[in-house]
Amino acid sequence: MLSYTIRRLFLVIPTVFFALSFLFLLFFALPGDPANLIAGGGNRNPDPGVIERVQERYGLDDPLIVQFKDYWARTVRWDLGESFGDRRSVNEIFGEKAVNSLRLAFWAILLEIVVGIPIGVLSAIRRYSLADKLTTIGTAALSAIPVFVLGFVLQYIFAVYPNKQGWPDWTKLRTQGLGPDTWAFFVIPTGEQWRYLILPAVTLACVSTALAARMTRGSMLEVIRADYMRTARAKGLGERQVIYGHGLRNAMLPVITLIGLDFGTVIGAAVLTETVYSWPGLGSEIANSIQSRDLPVLLGLTLAVTVAFCLVNLLVDLSYAWFDPRIRLGEDVAA
Amino acid sequence: MSDVDPHPFVDPEAPLSPEADRPTSGLPAGLAGAEQASFVAQRPLRADVWRRFCKNRLALAGLVFIVALLLVAIFAPWIAPYDYDERTPGAFREGPSSEHWFGTDIIGLDVFSRVVYGARISLKVGIVATLMAVVIGLILGAIAGFAGGKTDNLIMRFTDIFLAIPYIILAIAVATIFGQSVNSVILVLGLTGWLGICRIVRASFLSLARMEYVDAARALGFSRTRIIFRHMLPNALQPVIVYSTIAIGSVILAEAALSFLGVGPVPPTPAWGLMVSEAKSTLAVAPHMLFFPGMAIFLTVLAFVFVGDGLRDALDPKLK
Amino acid sequence: MTGATGDTLLSVRGLKAHFDTPDGVVKPIDGISFDIHRGEVFAVVGESGSGKSVTALAIMGLLPTLEIDGGEILWHGEDILQADEQRRRSIRGGEIAMIFQDPLSALNPVHKVGRQIAEMATIHQDIPKRLALERAVEMLDLVGIPEARKRADMYPHEFSGGMRQRAMIAMAITNKPDLLIADEPTTALDVTVQAQVLQVLTDIKDEIDSAIMLITHDLGVVAGLADNVMVMYAGRQAELGTTDEIFYESRHPYTLGLLASMPRLDDTGDEPLLPISGSPPSLINRPSGCAFHPRCRFAEIPGACDRVVPEPRSVRGTHLAACHRSEHLEGVTVEELRAKADEVELLAEDLGTEERAANLEMDGV
Repeated sequence: MLSYTIRRLFLVIPTVFFALSFLFLLFFALPGDPANLIAGGGNRNPDPGVIERVQERYGLDDPLIVQFKDYWARTVRWDLGESFGDRRSVNEIFGEKAVNSLRLAFWAILLEIVVGIPIGVLSAIRRYSLADKLTTIGTAALSAIPVFVLGFVLQYIFAVYPNKQGWPDWTKLRTQGLGPDTWAFFVIPTGEQWRYLILPAVTLACVSTALAARMTRGSMLEVIRADYMRTARAKGLGERQVIYGHGLRNAMLPVITLIGLDFGTVIGAAVLTETVYSWPGLGSEIANSIQSRDLPVLLGLTLAVTVAFCLVNLLVDLSYAWFDPRIRLGEDVAA
Repeated sequence: MSDVDPHPFVDPEAPLSPEADRPTSGLPAGLAGAEQASFVAQRPLRADVWRRFCKNRLALAGLVFIVALLLVAIFAPWIAPYDYDERTPGAFREGPSSEHWFGTDIIGLDVFSRVVYGARISLKVGIVATLMAVVIGLILGAIAGFAGGKTDNLIMRFTDIFLAIPYIILAIAVATIFGQSVNSVILVLGLTGWLGICRIVRASFLSLARMEYVDAARALGFSRTRIIFRHMLPNALQPVIVYSTIAIGSVILAEAALSFLGVGPVPPTPAWGLMVSEAKSTLAVAPHMLFFPGMAIFLTVLAFVFVGDGLRDALDPKLK
Repeated sequence: MTGATGDTLLSVRGLKAHFDTPDGVVKPIDGISFDIHRGEVFAVVGESGSGKSVTALAIMGLLPTLEIDGGEILWHGEDILQADEQRRRSIRGGEIAMIFQDPLSALNPVHKVGRQIAEMATIHQDIPKRLALERAVEMLDLVGIPEARKRADMYPHEFSGGMRQRAMIAMAITNKPDLLIADEPTTALDVTVQAQVLQVLTDIKDEIDSAIMLITHDLGVVAGLADNVMVMYAGRQAELGTTDEIFYESRHPYTLGLLASMPRLDDTGDEPLLPISGSPPSLINRPSGCAFHPRCRFAEIPGACDRVVPEPRSVRGTHLAACHRSEHLEGVTVEELRAKADEVELLAEDLGTEERAANLEMDGV
């Protein structure tokens, strides 16, 4: 396990390095003048004076190598730059918004695990039953709906329509932004906060829950057919014990990987969800910076999110390795 | 399959280990491998595949829908009563009516016509971008799988870089650079969507390259190109076809998301995602602006998912 | 029968069963009858698809989709086909235990070996976990695994192939079952290890005074170990008798074919191998009459062979053969068949049949 961990750590570092460098290339080295972009963007024609100022301000007229060095110098110091719009430090922005995104993500992932996995297990056990067929179609449908459409639909059903019909306040859910700032234990909403939380969380959860259910079902189906399950039955165990005692642990292994991979999806869906609900998190901040062409913010946040993503992946890999004794103890066969 | 992520290389329905590749032909897993082998049928013929596909009603429905959509896209000018940028003066945010089947939007454009023209964009992006991704993925995956060793390692490190960046971020970044148009969206999605295919092809080639018949072919003097193209590619093709079909759906979702975020084509291009974003401010008054394009995206993606699933089951029903 | 020194443990009578599959109705067992006695090693031999594994799994009740069409399985006189699931479960692992072919995939990779063996004990005996783990170590020791205590704390993938199979045997005997069913226990192992594992099996059998039902396609294994043999073909019994009777006085063309197709250590090198032409029949669509007739060099066609299903008949005492031509096969030995390989047509003519398949002559094999 230790050697495996060390190996993985060594792999992560160059990967992060190349990834972040790649981002730099994208933003600052490829065709598409970044100064132009910052100053106004490709489809509007900004004043050349503005472009010049931008170039100066951001050192964009320096040779690429210098820019690259600067970029890395700043990055290792974890200085993500300044917003072009209001000169605020991107670090600050990141800190502010990340908290909200984390809260949202926490509930979404919790929902995904608590709802998605049991559904997957059950539909695998009761294969071909009505429940299974419904689940299969349901999850397929859920993964076909664009997250933002789903968000709007839910908004409409739970807030806009009640509003129009003049229903009493207590039946309505909130759809814009964050409520008064009350959180217990960092993630538990208090007071009216849950009204603001529930729709975005459910929306965000839907896509990944569907994926988790399908993945778990697939994994479970495979495990049920495995030889060691037959052995367990041959021992005289009841079917329930066979599935939960022997099957589940094995089925969960690939699901762990899924949760990790899923994080990337969650990030993507988060950007969209937060935009729809104006939830002040990293996602909507990124979306806004696209609109306003605030390149430093976009790049800074992108960087931060990428690093976080890599770390999460690393953690997932390691926990997979830990849970699977074949990897944890190495494949050496004792004589 | 996920929202803005056309590389769900963890295909939920695909076998997760080599053991699952053992066909069971509908007989219980209790039988030992040798016994099962005697019940196994050969690789399916085209007619068989088609027959099995048709038995799957969902898949068939999906196929019908896609064909219909294709026709709509091709014959859009004849089907749409208005041009996609043709305003009807005075008719703002009107609900569905006899003149405007799907209603009108904020500036008086006919939603129905725009949805119809939007089909062109979605299908074009979906198919072309996926094609691009498949070609890149095939080439890289084949090289990695066949050559193995250092080359494989290099290519895998390369893909890791792409993997390290969350997909949406990558797409946004690239799209921001390339400017806003349908073609840049195609480029973005094509250049970032090859990861899943690459992985599949590589896995396939890796295992095939080690198989004996490749050695046999080499011993007979076949050139390596010939081996790759005549022998290994057809084997790898099967999962690629299934994956690509579903990927078209993913790409369309991604395109919608990018358009929604404002990184895609600009108004008045009738991209479905863009149309949904325009509905945001008037949800209370004009829900139809959200509903119809949203439905269009949903049904299209669903159709591709069903067809893809159906293909998978038809090509290898034993794995069900 | 020799070797059948004890009372009858298992008695299968006229067992017939089928599966419903999307390709049709598959009948893997079509009328099987045999007895197993205490202390006996009973071998079931046949090709893939002969139904030998299905028979074992049917006894264990591990095929929920198998529909029994007729017959009975008497365990200590009780027809377990009529028993409820709870009773069958108590028999499974408690009175009849099974060992499978590939121990790597048959053992749960995420549980330690000791725990898996101990589980066997806790299911069927009312003992606390700690005690069960002790038993597990005892069992590992019994099957000859060194440092049993350490080994019990390891995972299956940390064992070598032979040791894994021994661990499976250890697991199977935890509750001192009266019958051990071994489904191709050595097929996945190296030849050198095979002998060891088989030795362990026989030693254990004597140690706990049980019987073994050995399922295999390897006649060599049968020759060394078995007391009685049942040869199966296409879900039916071809022949049933003691090992000596089967090997030296076989009265079924299929058995003869099997024996003749085996290279032997004392071959000089230019005896032809006599393969059985053709391939095993589909279990959905059996040939009419005797299932073996399309491949049989002694078949009489047209005649009884392709019209009437042969029932197992006594050819001498308890030696049964299911063949219409079994009388004609009296005295036919494998050596003869092989010696007269080129003259097989003559032999066939002798018996009044038409020409059959060609032979494959392999020089220097």
